[in-house]
Amino acid sequence: MQMPAPSQAILGRKPAIVAALRDVLPPDAVIDAPEETRAYECDALSAYACKPLAVVLPRSTAEVAAALKICHAMGVPVVPRGSGTSLAGGALPTADCVVLAIGRMNRVLETDYDNRFIRVEAGRTNLAVTGAVEADGFFYAPDPSSQLACAIAGNVAMNSGGAHCLKYGVTTNNLLGVTLVQMDGSVIELGGPWMEAAGLDLLGVVCGSEGQLGVVTEATLRILPKPEGARPVLVGFDSNEIAGACVSDIIKAGILPVAIEFMDRPCIRATEAFAKAGYPDCEALLIIEVEGSPAEIDEQLARIKEIALSHDPVEFREARDEDQARRIWLGRKSAFGAMGQINDYMCLDGTIPVSSLPYVLRRIAEMSAEFGLDVGNVFHAGDGNMHPLILYNANKPGDLERCEAFGAEILKLCVEVGGCLTGEHGVGIEKRDLMTVQFAPADLEAQMRIKDVFDPKWLLNPAKVFPLDTTASRRAG
Amino acid sequence: MRPETEAELSEAIRGAKGPLAVHGGGTRAIGAPQAQLLETTGLAGVELYEPGALTLVVRAGTALADVEALLASEQQRLSFEVPDMRALLGRDGVSTIGGVVAANASGPRRVQGGACRDSLLGVRFVDGTGAVVKNGGRVMKNVTGYDLVKLMAGSRGQLGVLSALSLRVQALPETEVTIAAERPLEAGLAALRAALSSPFDISGAGYDRGRALIRIEGMAGSVAYRAEALRQRLGGEWAVFSGQESAALWAGVRDVAALQDGAGSLWRVIAKQTEAARIAGAVGGRAVFDWGGGLIWLLLPGGMGHDLRRALGDSGHASLWRPSAGDETTPTAPEEPPAIAALSRAIRARFDPRQIFAT
Repeated sequence: MQMPAPSQAILGRKPAIVAALRDVLPPDAVIDAPEETRAYECDALSAYACKPLAVVLPRSTAEVAAALKICHAMGVPVVPRGSGTSLAGGALPTADCVVLAIGRMNRVLETDYDNRFIRVEAGRTNLAVTGAVEADGFFYAPDPSSQLACAIAGNVAMNSGGAHCLKYGVTTNNLLGVTLVQMDGSVIELGGPWMEAAGLDLLGVVCGSEGQLGVVTEATLRILPKPEGARPVLVGFDSNEIAGACVSDIIKAGILPVAIEFMDRPCIRATEAFAKAGYPDCEALLIIEVEGSPAEIDEQLARIKEIALSHDPVEFREARDEDQARRIWLGRKSAFGAMGQINDYMCLDGTIPVSSLPYVLRRIAEMSAEFGLDVGNVFHAGDGNMHPLILYNANKPGDLERCEAFGAEILKLCVEVGGCLTGEHGVGIEKRDLMTVQFAPADLEAQMRIKDVFDPKWLLNPAKVFPLDTTASRRAG
Repeated sequence: MRPETEAELSEAIRGAKGPLAVHGGGTRAIGAPQAQLLETTGLAGVELYEPGALTLVVRAGTALADVEALLASEQQRLSFEVPDMRALLGRDGVSTIGGVVAANASGPRRVQGGACRDSLLGVRFVDGTGAVVKNGGRVMKNVTGYDLVKLMAGSRGQLGVLSALSLRVQALPETEVTIAAERPLEAGLAALRAALSSPFDISGAGYDRGRALIRIEGMAGSVAYRAEALRQRLGGEWAVFSGQESAALWAGVRDVAALQDGAGSLWRVIAKQTEAARIAGAVGGRAVFDWGGGLIWLLLPGGMGHDLRRALGDSGHASLWRPSAGDETTPTAPEEPPAIAALSRAIRARFDPRQIFAT
C-alpha cells in the first residue's frame, strides 16, 4: 500500500512546527516524542503504521482552529483522527503529518427531546451518544459494531452504518448539523436543528468525506424514541439462492425488519465451533429482527414465518423469551471473533444488489479455491452490504499480499454486479487504488473539485480516498 | 433542444452559446430571461426496477406520474410523498422525477422515512462543462468516495442536468389511519411533537385549518393498536379517519390546499419545530404546518420578508415562493452566512464555469 514520501522540507522543520503549535496550544495538547506518538501510528488497519511528525490533542473548536491555522501557514498535512477504529486506514499518518485527534472533545452540549436532537462534541463515542439519552427513552440509531469505541467525528467522516440502518438509515440520514473547522482555521456551521438545507447540501457532502474537507468538532444528531421491543427469528436454508429469495419475498410483502443478517456455511461452522450457539449446520441462515409492541412483533413474525415456511427451510426458530433471543444473536455477534480465533482475517466491506448474492457467493467460493484461502461470509441481507472474512496467516510471507489480492478481486466483482467497493468502512487507503474500477475520470474529478473548494492546498488527509497518481499535482500544489 | 440520450445532452450543454433554461415539466419558472430552452423529457424511461430489492433506476425526464403508476402496480411507492404544487403556484405542467430530485420535493411522510435526498441512491448528470458524471449507485450502503448524490438533491439545476436517478422505494402499507383533533396552534403543534417522540412510528404530523393531524400506516393490527395508544397518550378528543378520508386530509397538507386561493406572498419556512408557533404568530397571515412544525407554509401580505426573516432569526430559513405586490425586490432565496455562500459559489463555479445554469 503506497503512501506519498514524506516531505524532507517539513521533516527538517519539525522543531519549528512543533514550537509554533506549542505556542498556541496548552502544554499537554502537543506531543512529539516517538514513544508517545506511537499510539497514533495506525488505526484498526494495523498492518500499516507510520509515526506522525506530531500529535495535537485539542479540547475545543478554538484549539482545533488554532492548530489548523498553523499547519496551513506552514504547509503541513494534517490527518484528523476520531478514535482510530477505521478498518480502511482512514487515520493512517505519514511521517510529515500532524495527527489531530479530537478524543478529548467528548461533552454533550445540548439535549432537546422536544425537537428530538442532541448536540455533542465530535470526539464522543457513538455508544455514549445513546448513553446520554437512553434513560429518557431515546437512542441514536446508526450503530456500527465498533460503537463502544468509535467517535462521532469518525462516523461523520465515514458515513457509518450499523445493524439498525436498514430501518433507520446511516449517519447522513440522522445528521442535522456540524461545526466544521476548515484547513485554514475558519469555522463554519453547516445545517442545524431543522430539517432541510437552505441552499446546496454541503452537510450532505461533508458526511462521508473521510476527513478531507474539514475537521468536525461538534455534531447535531437526530435522536429517536426507543421502540417498545424487538425480537429475532432464525431461519436455516439448504441453499443460498433460497435464502436470498426468502429475503426478497419478505421485503416485497411490505415488512421492514430492523435487521436481516445472513451467514454462509463456512461462517456458521466456524461460529458454532467457537460460540456453540446451537446454529443448524446448513448452507445459509438468516436472522431477522422486527420491532414494536409484543402484538405488533407477533403480527410481523407471523407473516415472516408464513413466507419463510413457503421456502421449505431446514429450520425456523423463534425466541420464546429474552434468553432465546440472545442465543439467536449469539452466533452472529461472535462471528468475527470466531473467525479470528481460527486465523488472522481480513474483513471486506463491498455492497452488492441483494439479488446478486447467490451468484457472488458462488464466485467467491471459486476464487477461494483459486487463491487457496478460506473465506466465510456475513451479509446484511436487507441492504446488500457484504462482509467476506478472508482467513490468512500474517506470519506466512506473502499471505497478506495474496489475501489483499483476493480481496481486491471480490471488490471488483461487487462493482461488476452493480454494487460498490465499500458499504460502511470507507475508502481510506484500503480501497483507494480500486477507485478507478468504480469511477471514471470525470466522476473522480467531480469529487476532487469539492476538495479543491474546501481545502485548496490539499493538506487535510491528502493521501486517502483518491488514487495517488490522480491527486499528485493537487498535493504538490 | 430536446436531447434523447445522455450523449446528446452532453453535446447540447457543451455547444450552448449562452444560458440554458432546463425544462422538465415546466411546473416552475426557472431560467434567466434570455435563456435557451433545454427540455429533459426526451430522457425518459425506466432502466431497472427490482421490487424485491426496493430499487428503481429511472431516467430523469420520466414523468413523475409514470413513476408512481409503475410503483403502484407492484404495491410500492416513493416514501417521501411528492407534493403537487401546481394549484398553489398557478402553473400547469407534468412534473418529472428529475425535477422532483432537483427540488428535493418532499411531503408529510418526510417525518418518517426522510426526504427525497434520503431515498436517493445514485445520480448521473451532465455538468456545465458537458462532462457526464455518476455518483452513488443502486445500493443503499455506499460510502465509496464523496457523496455528490446528496449535493445534487435539492441543487435546483445549478450544478448540472440530471439524466438518471436510482431511488430506494417502499412497499405500500396495508392500511392507514389519521387521528385529528381541533386544538389551538401551540397545543396542536405540541401534540404533534409528542407523537413524534412516541414509539408509535407515525408517518405524518401536520396542523391544518385548526386541526392537529397525525397519520399511522402499516399492518392492520399494528395500525389499530398504535392509533389507540396515541389517543390515550395524547389525551383529549381525537377523531379517527381511514381510507380515502385519511388520504384526503394529507393531500390537503401536502399540497397546501388551505392557501391555494389566497392573495398575498407565499413563503416556505423551514424551522426548528418548537419555534413554529412563535414565528407564525409574529407575522400573522395564514399558515399550514407540516413535518411536526418543521415546515411552515405562510401566506402573508407583500413586503413582510424582513419581518419574517427577523422573527425566524437563527431558527431556520425562509424562501419566497410566490411574491405578490410589495415583494418585487425581496430576495426569494434564504440568506446564507457569507462563508457558506462563498463555498456554494465556488462549487457552482467549478461545475458550471460558463454560468450556463445560472438563474
